[in-house]
Amino acid sequence: MKFKKSFRTAWEGLMLNKARSFLTTLGVIIGVASVIVMLAVSAGTEASIAEQINALGANLVIVSPSRGVPGASRTLLIDDAYAIAEQVVGITGISAEQAPAPLNVRAGGTTLESIAIIGTTADFPEVRDYAVAEGRYFTVDEDEREAKVAVLGAGIAKDLFGEESAIGQTITVGSTKLTVIGVMEAKGIVSDVDYDGRVYLPINLVFQKFMTSTPMGADRVRTIYVKAESQDQIDSVIAQITFLLAERHDVDPAQPDFTVQTQQDIIATQEATTAAFRDLLAWVAGISLIVGGIGIMNIMLVSVTERTREIGLRQALGARPADVLMQFLLEAVILSLAGGLVGVLVGVGGSYLFGAWGTMRTEIVPLSIPLAFGAAAVVGIFFGYYPATRAAKLDPIEALRRE
Amino acid sequence: MNQPLIEVRELAKIYGEGDAAVYALASVDASIERGEFVAVMGPSGSGKSTLMNILGCLDRPTTGAYMLDGSDVSGMSKNELAAVRNRKIGFIFQSFNLLPRLSALANVSLPVMYNDDDVSEEEQRERAIAALNSVGLGDRLHHRPNQLSGGQQQRVAIARALINNPPLILADEPTGNLDSRSSEEIMGLLHELHAKGTTIVMVTHEPDIATHAGRIVCVRDGKVVSDGRDGHSPCLDRKVLDGGKQ
Ligand SMILES: Nc1ncnc2c1ncn2[C@@H]1O[C@H](COP(=O)(O)OP(=O)(O)O)[C@@H](O)[C@H]1O
Ligand SMILES: [Mg+2]
Repeated sequence: MKFKKSFRTAWEGLMLNKARSFLTTLGVIIGVASVIVMLAVSAGTEASIAEQINALGANLVIVSPSRGVPGASRTLLIDDAYAIAEQVVGITGISAEQAPAPLNVRAGGTTLESIAIIGTTADFPEVRDYAVAEGRYFTVDEDEREAKVAVLGAGIAKDLFGEESAIGQTITVGSTKLTVIGVMEAKGIVSDVDYDGRVYLPINLVFQKFMTSTPMGADRVRTIYVKAESQDQIDSVIAQITFLLAERHDVDPAQPDFTVQTQQDIIATQEATTAAFRDLLAWVAGISLIVGGIGIMNIMLVSVTERTREIGLRQALGARPADVLMQFLLEAVILSLAGGLVGVLVGVGGSYLFGAWGTMRTEIVPLSIPLAFGAAAVVGIFFGYYPATRAAKLDPIEALRRE
Repeated sequence: MNQPLIEVRELAKIYGEGDAAVYALASVDASIERGEFVAVMGPSGSGKSTLMNILGCLDRPTTGAYMLDGSDVSGMSKNELAAVRNRKIGFIFQSFNLLPRLSALANVSLPVMYNDDDVSEEEQRERAIAALNSVGLGDRLHHRPNQLSGGQQQRVAIARALINNPPLILADEPTGNLDSRSSEEIMGLLHELHAKGTTIVMVTHEPDIATHAGRIVCVRDGKVVSDGRDGHSPCLDRKVLDGGKQ
């Protein structure tokens, strides 16, 4: 029998019971839609992680102390940062950063409790692509002489001074009085860090005033951000930093007590975490697709039983086992492909709505559409095959005798 | 070609085994020439349907040989049997066996769909319309079975049986579910087919219907007890027919 005719026969079979056919496809619709939505959600998550890490600043090389390296007696020091700034070529600036325990910040009658304090070097705004909105950042000179100045995150400025200008005001951090010289632009929360809710101080002032009680000494830094002149310089900058610090720390450059990473490295690490999450989602979606397939198989078995007499008649009229097989297999495949098609629409629409109205960022993965649709077709063939062979194997006489 | 259209030798069909074995057919020998109109009669349970199913290649005999149109059907595969049913045999059933959701036209077209010939949709449609016209239902093309009377449904079934121009029509109690007027119409159509050269084998309970045939085969307990072309048969006697019933 020709395919077109088989197709029509199968279609007529499905139209016999429209409501049931639709309900049967629901499983596949949900399966396909969830594959697309889940992949869109994890792609969205990855994209926003990458975006956040890129928001640290462009062309950054990030140096941090390795934790738990055996024999790592020394940690990253402010002098390491100065050495990098002086000796590494191909960089435009560095920003060494250190954070003491959070402190109360007071101005006039307002007290903000447990505020994050960040000590940085003077190049911080330039290196981290984070501009000063009002006033100015402190200078190298101010840092070196531990000037009692502060730059406020946008949120802190607002909380302390409202609409009033913060510049020139005095604030008390812990028990130290500082003069506000600048307010940073609003940046919001990036990678779980609330940039607007922090107070930025000269790093040497932080060492002097807020870290003297730390047993490890008040010249350690937690991160040195190094801005390369361009993307092309990054490999060279990493190599230079690695050899420079290895020499300074007297360690083997192959087994350093510090790590030198790029944003791409960090993104890759983060993606490894989200990949596990994505795999889990993909399994869940895949299983729902299989459940949808089992639903099709179930209904096809019922259909074969109900239509046994019809099958017997068709056999009497000359239908070969292959014709009967094709008729029922096509019914299953049409169901799953129709489910796949609607599932793609629901999945794409759902991903879009999630992104537009939900808290989750979604990015539709183009490949997920043929993937999910193809999976639906495979499910239809796989789960339609058994009922179809049952139909094809029926004995014409017994089938005709069935009521 | 002077070989018979149907030739069966020592045909037996046994259901069950051992003590429970039922001989639905016990060694039937028969041959039917081309162009014959044969009525098969016999009491209920005598094996008429079993014989028809085997002749129709729907069932296989337990033992015995069956030659249809010169070829040995006994050794054929399922696919070959399906092709034989499609091309050589038209079935008419007591219960019509139309597909309820299809129109008369679509029901009649079914055998063409399973034809290996590459028949175009227009030709398939034309042939189905012609077949329905020939049974007087040219104005009922798009009616569904439940919109037709019993007699009309059986006429659709006859149109379906003849659409592939098979040499053989097998009718198992074609008038069994019909009133006498519809029965006469159906018999009239079978006569027309016969007049055009089609071989017809028909099972019936009714002596009136059987007398339409040129030959009456009488079956009892799976055996042919009489086979005659003279218009006489023990099966035409009501008592013989009813004798088989418990
Ligand atoms: N599938 C079957 N299984 C067991 N016995 C059967 C089966 N089909 C028919 N028979 C038996 O074979 C005998 C002949 O049946 P059948 O050919 O239907 O008779 P008829 O059509 O003459 O009334 C009956 O005794 C019937 O019970
Ligand atoms: Mg019978």
